[in-house]
Amino acid sequence: MTTATEPLKAKDFKSTVPPTWCPGCGDYGVLNATLKAFADIKLDINNTVLVSGIGCSSRFPYFVKTYGMHTAHGRVLPVAAGVKLARPDLRVVAFGGDGDGFSIGGGHVPHVVRKNTDLTYILMDNSIYGLTKGQASPTSQTGMVTVTTPYGLPDNPVNPLAYCLTYGATFVAQAYSSKPKIVEDLVKQALNHKGFAFVNIISPCPTFNKINTFDFYKDMIEEIPADHDPTNLQAALAIALRAKQGKVPVGLLYKVEQPTLLDRLGEIRKKAKASPDYDINVIIDDYRP
Amino acid sequence: MAQSNDLIIRIGGEGGEGVISSGDMIAQAAARSGLEVLTFKTFPAEIRGGYAMYQTRFSHEPILSEGTGFDVACCFNQEALDMNRKALRQGNVLIYDFPGGDIAGEQNIPGIHCYPVPMTKISKEELATPRSKNMVALGAIAELFSISMTSLKETVQEKFGKKGAEVVEVNYKALDAGAQHVRTNIKKADPYQMDPGTPKQDVIIISGNEAVGLGALLAGVRFFSAYPITPATEVAIFLARHLPKFGGNLVQAEDEIASLANVIGASYGGVKAMTSTSGPGLSLMQELIGMASMMEVPVVICDVQRGGPSTGLPTKHEQSDLFLAAHGCHGDASKVVVSPEGVEDCVYLTVEAFNIAERYQLPVLILSDGSLGFRTSSMRKPDPKKIRVENRATVSGNGEGFERYALTASGVSPMAIPGTPGCAYISTGLEHAPSSAPRYSAENHTAMLDKRFGKLKDLEDYFPATEVDHQEGAQLGVIAWGSTIGTLREAVKIARAEGAKVSALYPKLVWPLPVKALNAFGAKYKKVLVPEINKQGQLAKLIQGETEIRPISYTIYGGLPFSPRQIADKIKEVLK
Repeated sequence: MTTATEPLKAKDFKSTVPPTWCPGCGDYGVLNATLKAFADIKLDINNTVLVSGIGCSSRFPYFVKTYGMHTAHGRVLPVAAGVKLARPDLRVVAFGGDGDGFSIGGGHVPHVVRKNTDLTYILMDNSIYGLTKGQASPTSQTGMVTVTTPYGLPDNPVNPLAYCLTYGATFVAQAYSSKPKIVEDLVKQALNHKGFAFVNIISPCPTFNKINTFDFYKDMIEEIPADHDPTNLQAALAIALRAKQGKVPVGLLYKVEQPTLLDRLGEIRKKAKASPDYDINVIIDDYRP
Repeated sequence: MAQSNDLIIRIGGEGGEGVISSGDMIAQAAARSGLEVLTFKTFPAEIRGGYAMYQTRFSHEPILSEGTGFDVACCFNQEALDMNRKALRQGNVLIYDFPGGDIAGEQNIPGIHCYPVPMTKISKEELATPRSKNMVALGAIAELFSISMTSLKETVQEKFGKKGAEVVEVNYKALDAGAQHVRTNIKKADPYQMDPGTPKQDVIIISGNEAVGLGALLAGVRFFSAYPITPATEVAIFLARHLPKFGGNLVQAEDEIASLANVIGASYGGVKAMTSTSGPGLSLMQELIGMASMMEVPVVICDVQRGGPSTGLPTKHEQSDLFLAAHGCHGDASKVVVSPEGVEDCVYLTVEAFNIAERYQLPVLILSDGSLGFRTSSMRKPDPKKIRVENRATVSGNGEGFERYALTASGVSPMAIPGTPGCAYISTGLEHAPSSAPRYSAENHTAMLDKRFGKLKDLEDYFPATEVDHQEGAQLGVIAWGSTIGTLREAVKIARAEGAKVSALYPKLVWPLPVKALNAFGAKYKKVLVPEINKQGQLAKLIQGETEIRPISYTIYGGLPFSPRQIADKIKEVLK
């Protein structure tokens, strides 16, 4: 461990558990860049909880020195929300993949988003179910042939960026695992955002997704122009919908400040005249006939 | 006229015409004047229309159950009359809306005291406030059976005071008009009369669902998440009002999966957390109950049971979630299920549920039910100073050699609460080594399952909530669970009074079963009877599987609780 005067490094946050990912997996890039972001913001290891669901990318917490929870498939967001709402003093970061977040757990996303729950959500999107060895995911392209879709996938993909923007997310960004500087920068911004911050990171799976490869993305990645106004929802949505033109926009799409769920729960406690010494006998006496 | 010591008044009418609110008021008023009360309501799953019924039992002694049948039926409409006519017994009273209401003609039922009260007519024509029909009826009931009019008016003042003096006045007038009608027109010939008693200082009147919320507060709950569902919503309603006062947070989740996920996250964070639901929600929670068991995170789940499966009978009574509570989840998941018998139990057993969850670090389910959740009952005021609260074992050190799932003698491993320096670990639903790192070896899975189940080995001694009521010479023992216990207590009294020799066991711990207590009980009697309200005889089957007892299962499943008479008759039949 470094002393207080030395700047922290990525390795200061790395646990002794070696990542379980395949060689060449995009998630390595996300891990390394995220550890750097943790170092940049001098993350407090003892007061941070990383929460994940199930999937390759959901192994993330094991590789970091902080507290963490490796939960059930699709439940990363409500579990993370529970930690944060019970312990606002902790930093809570959620991790997971596209299947975990937008298929089995897709029903939770609109709600953590609309509540502006005080969480950072980092999603590694590889458009495939890797842990179960290659089935179509909610972000897979229509027509994709996999073991469960031998005649081609009949479904259209979800657009994670548009999904979160339309439900009222206050921070939406997209990165690409092969551009580590951008990942580090956007994760850092997300960690510093007050409220729900969503970073979708395109993170190719070289083992099971033979379509959405690093090569495939080479000409599709486009950095969001510097003159984009991230407080303009219409403009952000237009960028999110660039997916329809086969483009993968990378950068900060949207960021606004709004009251968070914890702010609002704080207002409720204020209205209820909360006090740690509140006398329960007052409530009991209220039930005297 | 002789004083009654046990009176049951049933009010029936169409949902939305004030049946429930008038029942609430008469129960409140009677409790205020010094009587013990216990209520029972059934209403349709629809908000308006359909038959609604509110029954209040009054006594000078603590009341154990809804009772058998009723003494007085007050019918607001023809449907209510049709529903209850057959249940009238010799000497009962029928009060009905006539003339001028929905009921077709004057009633002359042999052996029944029939008192027509033109509730609709009085409220419409005399008072010009058609919606005060139920208050006219209440006034008549109060006058007929000596329910304290003063207390009734105080209750009205409390309920409507906020709406202004005019509203209070309208209701007073309706009460007076009902009473006046009785004085002028009805010649009381029935035997029922309640001495209103003397007001008690140490009594509260509260519903089963509210009592669960109160118990949670007494246990120190600081986070609650739930999804609305009949008949459990009142637990959340109570805590939504009160939890923030203690600095706690309550959220309404998007579904029951999320509510339990929230609760698990909160408890991992070191905060006492709870959710409440009913059968459909409990079904959705199964995967995460297993996760909490695997992660050894203390959580409390209150399941207010209703008729199932599927949407089933949302407002009706059933005790049919025991199998799900005990045996739900994939894999071998250790957890504890407790079940309260009455409103007072809802308070104290909820505290115990938290204590057990904290002590053993696992999910604890409270199986309440719809009739208990909706029941309001008088009970002795809880004394918070006398509540024993247990907190989980934690580590505070610097984490040198900390193992979250260390194999200890008790099976319980101290938790590191996030923020504890040097103890960071990943809680996981994967099978894990003592260090919490995933590990799938045969030895490890075996050791960890033994740990998670073994930690409960002293549960029955820690929580010996299994009361025995033994009668010398009894050949029959009866075991009931949940709200059927109250009914059984009364049935045992009745059967004994009628010459039967019978003993009873009242377990509050229903999973894992209190095997020692059950076997000791079973060894004493030739026959063991298990009455319960579900099709499969769920407790009987668990007992059959886990103990030496070969029980006789007695089940009903019509959406209603047993009456004490029913169980008493069965006791006598089995003894024949």
